[in-house]
Amino acid sequence: MDHSVQTVLSMKGIVKRYPGVVALEGVDLDVRRGEVHVLLGENGAGKSTLVKILAGAVRRDAGTLEIEGRAYELSTPREAQTAGVSVIYQEFNLVPGLTVAENIFLGREPRGFLPGFIDQALLVSEAERILHGLGVVIDPRSVVRSLGVAEQQMVEVAKALSVDARIVVMDEPTSALTEREIGRLFMVIRRLRERGVAIIYISHRLDELFQIGDRVTVLRDGRLIGTRVIAESTRAGLIRMMVGRDLTEQFPPRGATVGEEVLRVEGLTRRGVLDGISFVLHRGEVLGLTGLMGAGRTELARALFGADPIDAGRVWVRGSEVVIRSPQHAIRLGLGFLTEDRKRQGLVLGCSVTENICLASLDRFSRGGVMQAGNERAEASRLASELRVKTPSLGERVLNLSGGNQQKVVLGKWLCRSAEILLFDEPTRGIDVGAKAEVYQLIRRLSAAGKAILIISSELPEILGLSDRILVMSRGRLSGMFGAAEATPEAILRCALGADAA
Amino acid sequence: MNLRRAIISYARPFGTLAVLVALGGIISVLTPYFLTVPNLLNVAQQTVINAVIAVGMTLVIISAGIDLSVGSILAFAGVVLAQALHAGWPLPLAILAGVGVGTACGLVNGLLITMGRLPPFIATLGMMSVARGAALLATGGRPVSGFGESFRWLANGRLATVPAAVVLMLLVYAAAYFVLRRTKFGRYVYAVGGNEEAALLSGVPVGICKIAIYGSCGGLAGLAAVVLTSRLNSAQPIAGLSYELDAIAAAVIGGASLMGGEGSVLGTLVGALIMGVLRNGLNLLGVSSFVQQVFIGVVIIAAVLLDMLFKQRKR
Ligand SMILES: Nc1ncnc2c1ncn2[C@@H]1O[C@H](COP(=O)(O)OP(=O)(O)OP(=O)(O)O)[C@@H](O)[C@H]1O
Ligand SMILES: [Mg+2]
Repeated sequence: MDHSVQTVLSMKGIVKRYPGVVALEGVDLDVRRGEVHVLLGENGAGKSTLVKILAGAVRRDAGTLEIEGRAYELSTPREAQTAGVSVIYQEFNLVPGLTVAENIFLGREPRGFLPGFIDQALLVSEAERILHGLGVVIDPRSVVRSLGVAEQQMVEVAKALSVDARIVVMDEPTSALTEREIGRLFMVIRRLRERGVAIIYISHRLDELFQIGDRVTVLRDGRLIGTRVIAESTRAGLIRMMVGRDLTEQFPPRGATVGEEVLRVEGLTRRGVLDGISFVLHRGEVLGLTGLMGAGRTELARALFGADPIDAGRVWVRGSEVVIRSPQHAIRLGLGFLTEDRKRQGLVLGCSVTENICLASLDRFSRGGVMQAGNERAEASRLASELRVKTPSLGERVLNLSGGNQQKVVLGKWLCRSAEILLFDEPTRGIDVGAKAEVYQLIRRLSAAGKAILIISSELPEILGLSDRILVMSRGRLSGMFGAAEATPEAILRCALGADAA
Repeated sequence: MNLRRAIISYARPFGTLAVLVALGGIISVLTPYFLTVPNLLNVAQQTVINAVIAVGMTLVIISAGIDLSVGSILAFAGVVLAQALHAGWPLPLAILAGVGVGTACGLVNGLLITMGRLPPFIATLGMMSVARGAALLATGGRPVSGFGESFRWLANGRLATVPAAVVLMLLVYAAAYFVLRRTKFGRYVYAVGGNEEAALLSGVPVGICKIAIYGSCGGLAGLAAVVLTSRLNSAQPIAGLSYELDAIAAAVIGGASLMGGEGSVLGTLVGALIMGVLRNGLNLLGVSSFVQQVFIGVVIIAAVLLDMLFKQRKR
């Protein structure tokens, strides 16, 4: 039948249980040749688990799996690869000490003149070809450790595309990318689709799914809610399927008063990265910071926080000039820094939810160096429920939480610390619509309570909806500043593209 | 559900405990003398040195480091202590000197690792040689022997029927358990080992922590030197050869991960006891020391394999 030719992947009755959690409860998924099939669901709904089962990285407890009509067990990632499945995981899986090219071809290195040797020249030129096809400029010889999150994400994409796959899975590929890279990625996806490749696409950004998706399957709490054709669906309808109720997606109204200056930066420079950055931040203000990948936004936050040394520039905190030497020092001055890469910089994965939430505020929970476990647990539990962290218990290792819930734990850490000046680097990366709305509310509440917030985000709507003022960076410089009233997406984008527009 | 979770989180130390019990069972079948009070106390006493060093090693390993210098530090601290006693220092002061020398060596390790940014393996490899050389230099290569009654009591005396050294060991473990589980410092140790960068960006004083960790490790090696010198009534500059490996083995059998972020002192105590029981049992059975070496190696590997198998089951 024609149908059997069309269906590339068919998963039926998939069940997966973890101690204390049912991750998947009899989920069906069928994916057709040449379609972009979106998986949608709240944090912890089971999307990544379903995909990991397809990738052979997690074993299912029950259910069947067929690829082009053939049943597969798929108990190892290698088996899945041979079956034609290629996966971009939500959490990066690159070897930091190897080069970009070596990572892309890891395990499939082109053979050199002698067995056991690698054809380095071919390795690099092939990697270059793939990266070029993606339209990114990354030197294949650079070491992955030295790359930013967005660049690492593109390397992950390149790695997945370097094999000829029938099914390409992308688990939140865009959560670390800016508009421009997303555009490139979508071009690549469309090309793949034309070649008949099936794409499973996970994202919490609903706009994307209307741009790129053909059909969507919605999961909630490990259960299948339904599969729909995207062209026939509405945004509100999908949200209702996902959350189980209606949800207002409005940005909460802007708070009233912006108070006195708490942070002043003049001429901040870090050679080759930041060039003469100056700005001020006030009590109760939300200052948005945006720009393209590699513009230096994260680097600015790191330099302010004392994580990287600076070459020149002066900083005032609450009126007095300071030289911030270390993160520890910055925290004492009342700064908090929510990092963009939660796995590498935000969390101690082997420690529990409680331990991570309280990590930056142990002084508060200890007397004479001895921990007061009761207070600690009470505060962690308060924050975890305020942020709706989905976890079987507060003692669970963060390693076992879904990506979005991990992000909430990082947020919790800085709320727990109740820092005065908050640097938020991509605070809503990978969290679902409901949680996003909650985080927006939270940011409003924090600024109403007099906190000063610098928020870095690649999502323009987020920046536009939240900020009192917006800074735009381009190649290490500030290329523009807008008041909330005068900012438009076009103006910001023009500014982000570079000084030539100014 | 909660019960299952509880079992899973506690089963790990119990897993190694099961190995210990099984091992004891087998040996007691083969030789009934094993399971007598005097012999068990003997095992405990034989375990003290390794167990005390292994506590420090556990801290180091949880912080994702390694300390190869503990054996040499033990020798150096031992001869300093012995010479202080011979010079007529009062007992508490001499002991303080021994433990202090150990701590100082450990602090130097810590400084090399944090300020000097040396990998722990390299820094402590260097210290291993320096401390050994210092011990040999201080004594001209000869043992320093013969001490007063009260000093010898430390390792050989008894409180009721329990050897004083065993009491000391239990006190050390109780303190270490408290520090790791209940104090801010303990939390820092796990955080530094689990993800150093995240710890740093959360305001954890990573450098100070590491210095304190290596300092304690050296200090505990010094304390072990006190016990060893007292037991043998002699301090040998060549004492403690390959003790670092025994301590690493005890920690690893007890569930510490060389990748950092994981481990517990209770596990390490069980690990040290497993090694002690094995040596004692094989001795009782009259197994040659060459064969013993092989056995101990096999048990180390088997215990860690079991542990890993257990962890993988959870996938
Ligand atoms: N190894 C594990 N051990 C225990 N629980 C796990 C493990 N992996 C996932 N879970 C749990 O299974 C559930 C589903 O997780 P999954 O990662 O599939 O969610 P998700 O839909 O991808 O969410 P997100 O949007 O946040 O990425 C979560 O509640 C999570 O805590
Ligand atoms: Mg996920």
